[in-house]
Amino acid sequence: MKRMLSKLVRGVTVTSMFSLLAGCNLVVIDPSGDIASQQSDLIIVSTILMLLIIVPVMALTVFFAWKYRQGNKDAEYDPEWHHSTKLEVVIWSAPLVIIIALGAITWVTTHTLDPYRPLDRIDAERPLAKDHKPMVVEVVSLDWKWLFFYPEQGIATINELAAPIDTPIQFKITSSGIMNSFFIPALAGQIYSMAGMETKLHAVINEEGIYDGFSGNYSGEGFSHMRFKFHGLSEEGFEDWVSKVKSDENFLGRSEYLELEKPSIDEPIHYFSSVDPELYGAILNMCVDQSKMCMNEMMAIDENGGGGLAGIYNVMSLTYDVPRMRGSQPLPESKSYVATLCTTPEGGFAGDLNALPLFDRVQASDRAMSFAPSGVSTGF
Amino acid sequence: MFSNPDLLHFIFGRLSLDSLPFHEPILVVTFAAVVLGGIAVLGGITYFRLWGYLWNEWITSIDHKKIGIMYIILALVMLLRGFSDALMMRAQQAMAFGGSEGFLPPDHYDQIFTAHGVIMIFFVAMPLVTGLMNFVVPLQIGARDVAFPFLNNFSFWMTTSGAVLIMVSLFVGEFAKTGWLAYPPLSDIVYSPGVGVDYYIWALQIAGVGTLLSGVNLVVTIVKMRAPGMSMMKMPVFTWTALCTNVLIVAAFPVLTAVLVLLGLDRYADTNFFTNDLGGNAMMYINLIWIWGHPEVYILILPAFGVFSEVVSTFSRKRLFGYSSMVYATVVITILSYIVWLHHFFTMGSGASVNAFFGIATMIISIPTGAKIFNWMFTMYKGRISFDVPMLWTIGFMLTFVIGGMTGVMLAVPPADFVLHNSLFLIAHFHNVIIGGVVFGMFAGIVYWFPKAFGFKLDPFWGKMSFWLWLVGFYFAFMPLYVLGLMGITRRMSQFDDPSLQIWFVIAAFGALLIAGGIGSFILSIVVAVIKRDKLRDETGDPWGDGRTLEWSTSSPPPAYNFAFTPVVHDLDAWADMKKRGYVRPTEGFLDIHMPKNTGAGFILAALSLVLGFALVWHIWWLVIASFIALVVGAIAHTFNYDRDYHIPASEVVETEDERTALLAKQQA
Repeated sequence: MKRMLSKLVRGVTVTSMFSLLAGCNLVVIDPSGDIASQQSDLIIVSTILMLLIIVPVMALTVFFAWKYRQGNKDAEYDPEWHHSTKLEVVIWSAPLVIIIALGAITWVTTHTLDPYRPLDRIDAERPLAKDHKPMVVEVVSLDWKWLFFYPEQGIATINELAAPIDTPIQFKITSSGIMNSFFIPALAGQIYSMAGMETKLHAVINEEGIYDGFSGNYSGEGFSHMRFKFHGLSEEGFEDWVSKVKSDENFLGRSEYLELEKPSIDEPIHYFSSVDPELYGAILNMCVDQSKMCMNEMMAIDENGGGGLAGIYNVMSLTYDVPRMRGSQPLPESKSYVATLCTTPEGGFAGDLNALPLFDRVQASDRAMSFAPSGVSTGF
Repeated sequence: MFSNPDLLHFIFGRLSLDSLPFHEPILVVTFAAVVLGGIAVLGGITYFRLWGYLWNEWITSIDHKKIGIMYIILALVMLLRGFSDALMMRAQQAMAFGGSEGFLPPDHYDQIFTAHGVIMIFFVAMPLVTGLMNFVVPLQIGARDVAFPFLNNFSFWMTTSGAVLIMVSLFVGEFAKTGWLAYPPLSDIVYSPGVGVDYYIWALQIAGVGTLLSGVNLVVTIVKMRAPGMSMMKMPVFTWTALCTNVLIVAAFPVLTAVLVLLGLDRYADTNFFTNDLGGNAMMYINLIWIWGHPEVYILILPAFGVFSEVVSTFSRKRLFGYSSMVYATVVITILSYIVWLHHFFTMGSGASVNAFFGIATMIISIPTGAKIFNWMFTMYKGRISFDVPMLWTIGFMLTFVIGGMTGVMLAVPPADFVLHNSLFLIAHFHNVIIGGVVFGMFAGIVYWFPKAFGFKLDPFWGKMSFWLWLVGFYFAFMPLYVLGLMGITRRMSQFDDPSLQIWFVIAAFGALLIAGGIGSFILSIVVAVIKRDKLRDETGDPWGDGRTLEWSTSSPPPAYNFAFTPVVHDLDAWADMKKRGYVRPTEGFLDIHMPKNTGAGFILAALSLVLGFALVWHIWWLVIASFIALVVGAIAHTFNYDRDYHIPASEVVETEDERTALLAKQQA
């Protein structure tokens, strides 16, 4: 009986609250991924906490306005009443109490739902082992489309993302140029994508389905079409999807990427069956165009005290944006300079960028000098 | 000779016939209308021989009251522009579904939402706030003018120059397509090579000079020029909020200036502060602009809080409840507003502890704000409330603003912000607090002080119409946006795929039309009041019957010198106190009054700045050099103008005051 009653009450409340919203998909309140669900709970909890104080305030405002209206001569009128220590204490402490509660919740949840933090559960019932390995997806926002790398599967896609359900995913996110925001509301909150930098997001999708993903942050002309579908698939479904991607012989390497990153609007889905494994690292370090110095190399040089006088000529190879917008024309042949510290004579990469051994101080300056432009005295 | 491209380039810089938007029918029609309207206005002024009057009485005026009024006129004119942008956005989003592009291509739509944001904040909200403070503060503290009257005139014209430059961008070239804060790398020269961002930079730089100087001016005025006896804790609450706002302006606007200088250098001088190149970093820009941007929000809302405090106590016919807690709340908000800026970009990837710190700091602001709401509520308690138009705005504010406050605190919880950021929920939130707070507050203030400025009240019927249309229109326009935000819909979209969303945008567009009605009614309330001014006339100087602060002790409109004798203050709510103690207005013993003299220097310098800004936008370097030299020479020349003050002779004061004595006697008879 009691249970029925509570069910009825809940039913009535929910129906009345959402009768207006019937038929529309409040994905933020009713998502399909564990992270987004916890974020949604947080929205609801904070709303209820604040309504505790806001509803009485609104009611009292209307009540006082009505009761002490000019026409009501029965109401008490005390033009000099302007202070009450008791009331002041209540006035300041009531919001304070709410904010203490909400502040505590905020501190805890900001840490547990930190996008950089590896997941510790698949959902409320299923905890994860500490040393689990998430599936990695590398995300690049281009003008105006999304590029997804699956390093473990060795594939890549444009404007389509898929993942098996109940599998923790680690997104590594960067941008080719303009700042965007990687956002799949059903899965988890958004995080910015920025050129030369990597942000991270950990999330898991718990229900099969096709969800909307897009850029949350305005990025220019093609922004409205910068959308993709995120497929939450079963294990087999995901394997099928991977083999579908692999079925077309289509390679994504540096030159293909430089073609791909040119601005385009409403780009169709592309599948790449094989991918240059160094490409994502090169995009992140802004050196897909091999006349560019990689960010991590520049940082390594700087960390070691800079390139000395020879380093002056590095400027050319650090100019990323201009040739990119012109369609990645390689720079005209001019002086040689420190373009990159690990290029083979043919211009190809020698190894994994991220695994590059950093050089010690002495070596760094030596190397920088050894690449100094011919005919320029370095003064050392 | 004119076929020589180098020469043409030298003379016109980047400017050419292609810069004029002949291909945009909307703009061509608007341009034609503006030209015809402009010719009509200029013709009218010439026909009625008003040029001399305008120049002597308004353009060169250093009277804080006239400057205040001009600020508000500027704001209302720019409101029409900013609101037209809003209507176009609402119409576009209500139409562009299921493959339809709507009537605005992305290129144009992106300019419109950028212009809407920039204009509404910098050229509507700011001039409204500054104008109201300019008009009211010296009267409330019993002063005859602001501390630096010439600077005040110069500030106003600089703000106007900025506004004009933005208006020019509508017809010559283009405006920024970057969003109202022009985040790089999108606003860098490689991604925005056109003149739009340059218009943005120079319009804000020119107007920013005006805002900063007027901030300095009002801080000094409030600190140094209060009537004898008015200690800090006897200042009217509006003056307190004005003081805090101007302190915020003085501390925050230089940051905006600096960050725009850096962005300008990136665009003009190939520096790399915020580029992707050479280790530049856009995150620095985003931090800096919000270090200005968040205090800016409080720069706008604090004076509105001040207006509500004055209005609620006047129309409840009662002292304000909890004056000192009101003052402390204001000061606490002022300080806290500097340590919350990061909540605008929790999603940029800061660590959890950083995000949590800024989130909690943000929530703490809701405590003093909540205390203020309670104080207004308890001012009504045991009052005798009359629902004149300013009071309606105030109650509408109290009910609406708390909702905006609630959604604001939700956005301050970082994990919740991850799903709500950049969505229409965010748009609904900040319109909720800016319309429900700032706009309602400014309208309350305008209606409240209009009779002081012009000697007659605004028409109450159209005033009430305006209030109800705005209030209902607001809920129609923005509640659907909250819902859409929860559906995961992002801001700044020019078209949509999902047809089920359309109904919400149609409701929002309907709300925008209601608001248009509200704006129309407000204008009508002015027009009707001018026609019926004899019926709405205020001859006492205290039109609401229960004015509590000093501005109501002088005539409406006040004489040029505000107060024939500087009032002496004994208590809070000085005028209410004077009335209670049976104050008798002095009718003799008048002396000559020392006043500042009008000058055209502010107008001329601001006009030169406008030329400089335009030349910089279009890279017309000879004009840049010429106008810059003229600006410097003009400013130096002005310092040699020693003829800056005059005395209103006692005889003239006697005449003015006798008139008022007669008028007051007629009232009592």
